[in-house]
Amino acid sequence: MTVARPTTLDEAVDALAAMPDAQLLAGGTDFMVEVNFGHRRPTEVVALRRVAELRSHSTDGDEIVLGANVTYSQLQTELAEALPGLAAAARTVGSPQIRNAGTIGGNVGTASPAGDTLPFLAAVEADVVLASAGGTRCLPLADFITGAKQTAILPGELISEVRFADVRGPQQFLKVGTRNAMVISIACCAMVVDIDRRRVRCAFGSVAARPLRPTEAEDFISEALDWSALDAEADAVDRFAELAAGAAEPITDHRGTAEYRRHTVKVMARRALTRSLRA
Amino acid sequence: MTPQHVSAAAPFAPAAPQAPPRRDRKRSPGRGVGTSSSRPDGIPKVKGQFAFSSDLWADGMLWGRTLRSPHPAARIRRVDTEAARRIPGVHAVLTADDVPGEPNYGLEHPDQPVFASNVIRYHGEAVAAVAADHPEIAWRAVQAIEVDYEPTPAVVDPEVAIDAPPLHPDGNVFRHLTIRHGDLEAAGEVTVEGSYAVGMQDQAFLGPESGMAIPGDDGGVDLYISTQWLHVDRDQVAACLGLPPGQVRLTLSGIGGAFGAREDVSLQVHVCLLALRTGRAVKMLYSREESFFGHVHRHPARMWYRHAATKAGELVKVEARLLLDGGAYASSSTAVIANAACFSCGPYRVPNAHIDAWVVRTNNPPCGAMRGFGAVQACFGHESQMDKLAAALQMDPVQLRLRNALRSGDELITGQRITGTAPVRECIEAAVAHPLPPDAGSEGRGPYDPLLLPGGAGRTADHADVRRGVGFAVGFKNLMYSEGFDDFSTAAVRLEEGGDGEPVATVHCAAAEVGQGFVTLAQQIVRSVLGVDRVVLRAADTRVGSAGSTSASRQTWMSGGAVQAAALAVRDALLEQVAEARGVEVQGARRKLLTLRDGEVVHVEGRFRLTLTEALDGRPVEEVREYRHAPTMPLDADGQGDAHVSYAFAAHRAVVDVDPDLGLVRVLQITTGQDVGKALNPLQVTGQIEGGIAQGLGLAVMEEIVVDGGRIRNPSFTDYLIPTALDMPDVQATLIEQPEPGAPFGAKGVGEPPTISSTPAVVSAIRAATGIDLRRVPVRPDDIALGVTGSAFSAK
Repeated sequence: MTVARPTTLDEAVDALAAMPDAQLLAGGTDFMVEVNFGHRRPTEVVALRRVAELRSHSTDGDEIVLGANVTYSQLQTELAEALPGLAAAARTVGSPQIRNAGTIGGNVGTASPAGDTLPFLAAVEADVVLASAGGTRCLPLADFITGAKQTAILPGELISEVRFADVRGPQQFLKVGTRNAMVISIACCAMVVDIDRRRVRCAFGSVAARPLRPTEAEDFISEALDWSALDAEADAVDRFAELAAGAAEPITDHRGTAEYRRHTVKVMARRALTRSLRA
Repeated sequence: MTPQHVSAAAPFAPAAPQAPPRRDRKRSPGRGVGTSSSRPDGIPKVKGQFAFSSDLWADGMLWGRTLRSPHPAARIRRVDTEAARRIPGVHAVLTADDVPGEPNYGLEHPDQPVFASNVIRYHGEAVAAVAADHPEIAWRAVQAIEVDYEPTPAVVDPEVAIDAPPLHPDGNVFRHLTIRHGDLEAAGEVTVEGSYAVGMQDQAFLGPESGMAIPGDDGGVDLYISTQWLHVDRDQVAACLGLPPGQVRLTLSGIGGAFGAREDVSLQVHVCLLALRTGRAVKMLYSREESFFGHVHRHPARMWYRHAATKAGELVKVEARLLLDGGAYASSSTAVIANAACFSCGPYRVPNAHIDAWVVRTNNPPCGAMRGFGAVQACFGHESQMDKLAAALQMDPVQLRLRNALRSGDELITGQRITGTAPVRECIEAAVAHPLPPDAGSEGRGPYDPLLLPGGAGRTADHADVRRGVGFAVGFKNLMYSEGFDDFSTAAVRLEEGGDGEPVATVHCAAAEVGQGFVTLAQQIVRSVLGVDRVVLRAADTRVGSAGSTSASRQTWMSGGAVQAAALAVRDALLEQVAEARGVEVQGARRKLLTLRDGEVVHVEGRFRLTLTEALDGRPVEEVREYRHAPTMPLDADGQGDAHVSYAFAAHRAVVDVDPDLGLVRVLQITTGQDVGKALNPLQVTGQIEGGIAQGLGLAVMEEIVVDGGRIRNPSFTDYLIPTALDMPDVQATLIEQPEPGAPFGAKGVGEPPTISSTPAVVSAIRAATGIDLRRVPVRPDDIALGVTGSAFSAK
């Protein structure tokens, strides 16, 4: 097995150019589990942990930029004020050890339906920046994630950053799991209430192959909301929740039934909105 | 060759023996029986220096690996190991044809093949094993073995299995046990009926199966292994290897938990076969995934109950039908079903009982021993019924239980009278005496912590979404082996002068320390009996006689009894030795003139006082003793007989917060009163209670091996959930100390009762919070949120 351990982004993309089929290691909290189960048998690996420049983040100005190596621990501490919804999502990931190792770039790259940061990134309509020896390109998250654990990344590319426009307004994250901590989500919900653009955006995890944006529900509630008071009629909240649940495309697996998942979408949609309104 | 450990510390060596002060010291009052003496292996474990069996290492050793069936039921048409053998670095590939001795093994009935030869009976059954220079090569070799399976229909419903064509030459019904007690025509004024189900729980110990086998010069083998009973492993391994038991020598290695899952043979035969075939040391270490396939689980149960009582709340009759799914092989199923049946009615006076209990073979994963051993499943049934009965009687559920609580002298449904202690009332009263926790919003609680609401870190609930419930349950089970089993333990105690001139006692006992703390108790017992500070434990191995299994809450009583007996014999021999050396008169009477007090041999008339070192006078004293509990007898055709030795009781009250919309639960508090006889080490008892409650809570709300068509869907700690620190409630325990007649120091085993009634107490609390008639554990979120209550079993 060949392992490249670059320390700069240039070295990383060069290493990847030399081994275009290499697998990317960015925290290993998914990667190593698959190795241990024998599902992944890597022969070439580019290990990204030493690439310091991918670990920075910036919340100055109108755009938020998160380096791909930013860990869940960083999100939940360093970004708790700037991005409370994302920090809350990061806080629900695994154990402290997992949160110290796992990265946002890894979460995006794995593109698991249960990826905990993905609904938030979907709700803020984040862009994924892909770097290669040939330069960089930028893809909306919705185009980057093409299916369950499927992405549009090309050989020779790595995720260098995640960027999105700053949003002013309440942010929520709720995650349903059978255990009170350290659990894969049965379903989760991220919500961003964009006061400036008068738009409620939300996304649900683990209820579809990709992070689910219930656009009809968003359109409805963005219209129905009293933006000056940041309030809504109870009927409108219920309608919003119903529409969100209707948009879900859940499956039944060993973690939960499709019926229960759809039900939780309704409950979480209602609660996330209610919290945002009273916040 | 002996194995080296990766880390330096031997399992039970004291971390850093310090020379105690000489002569004028006070006798260690803080480290004998009844104190919370600290564990000899505690500090090494905390510091990561304790050598577990997974740390075993020998120069030049090979790595073993098992090939397991991907099918729950299949015929094997052909196994081709040629490609695997050709891989460089592969030293052996073994199949059923390579087993020289008995092809099958089993704890009670040898019905499980070492390697499947032509029939696969469960998902994960072993088909072949390899030994290679490196784990990765072993992995590749296993992938290279070609097995031509012809999948066959799997029988996965235990109700179907009873009458289905036999899955094994031994048939599908492991045991059908009936209990007919009292007047079967008796009728009550109030009757309640219910069906209940229990899912498949895993022991989920943290240290997966591991061990090392080293071929001996004599053609035998040395096996270093984590197990619950060295000698029963030895006998099964020797039979399969075709060796006399004396040529199979077992030494206990550091164990990371057991809970019943190490009672059966897992890799023992495989690793020895590989070592003997290759002439090399071979190590095997299961991954977490393989561990789920490599050991037995708790039996899933379907239960139907009908309780009849007077209007005043006196139990008149209990009828029950219990069906346990034993999976593919017998393991300890026949004993588990006996417990389920014997304790099916709970710790209550039940004058009339009509019980039918079956445990059957299916193509599901094999099930066997787990903490609580049959009593757990039954307790969920009988305690759910007691709640239902209380509701029908419009009676307080605690009062109903108090009214029917067993007392010493009462008769059980097996016709056996309880001759020992039975402080059921005291357990119940102690559990409910603890104050209830304050409301989340109330004063004095401090800042509102949303993490402590149902949903925890997921932050799904706000305070207004939550409803609180309180539930209660009582349970009991037998201590030690039952039904006429010749149950004994052996211990050797040696007292001698150490290198520094101070006395040192050495204990040699094959009792498996699985974390329960027998190593601490053995030291405490010897300190108390002999008054010696320094007590060293030799590695547990098969060079000393059997200690029996670390199961059935039995080692404190049995091996504690053996150590006590051996230590007393050492004391007597030492006094004899001193009497002879000092010319203390006449046989018989002279012993009475000498006594061992506070670590000194004292002449009662004041003629002399000797330190132990002086008394030993350079001559070590060693004694070996076997300890047996009072004999038991088999149950007769009506399930009647004095089948058990002693019983331990516990009561639990659970307080839960539930988010009914999402079906999420957080257990806030569990209070308990537990019958312990006498707490030999109160800190360790508390540890057992907290750990047992964690396991009981786990079964109540999250722990389940999901089996679908015979296949395990969640063989990982990602998806087999066990409670985290955030799931654990505040635990308040009251130890009920009523010394048990006949038990060494009056102590009862304490390991299992905390697991038995904590589960139904939690479920009872969830029912109280939600009003939903929950009939199955674990309770899943959708059971609450969508009102799916499960189970409609009535048997035949």
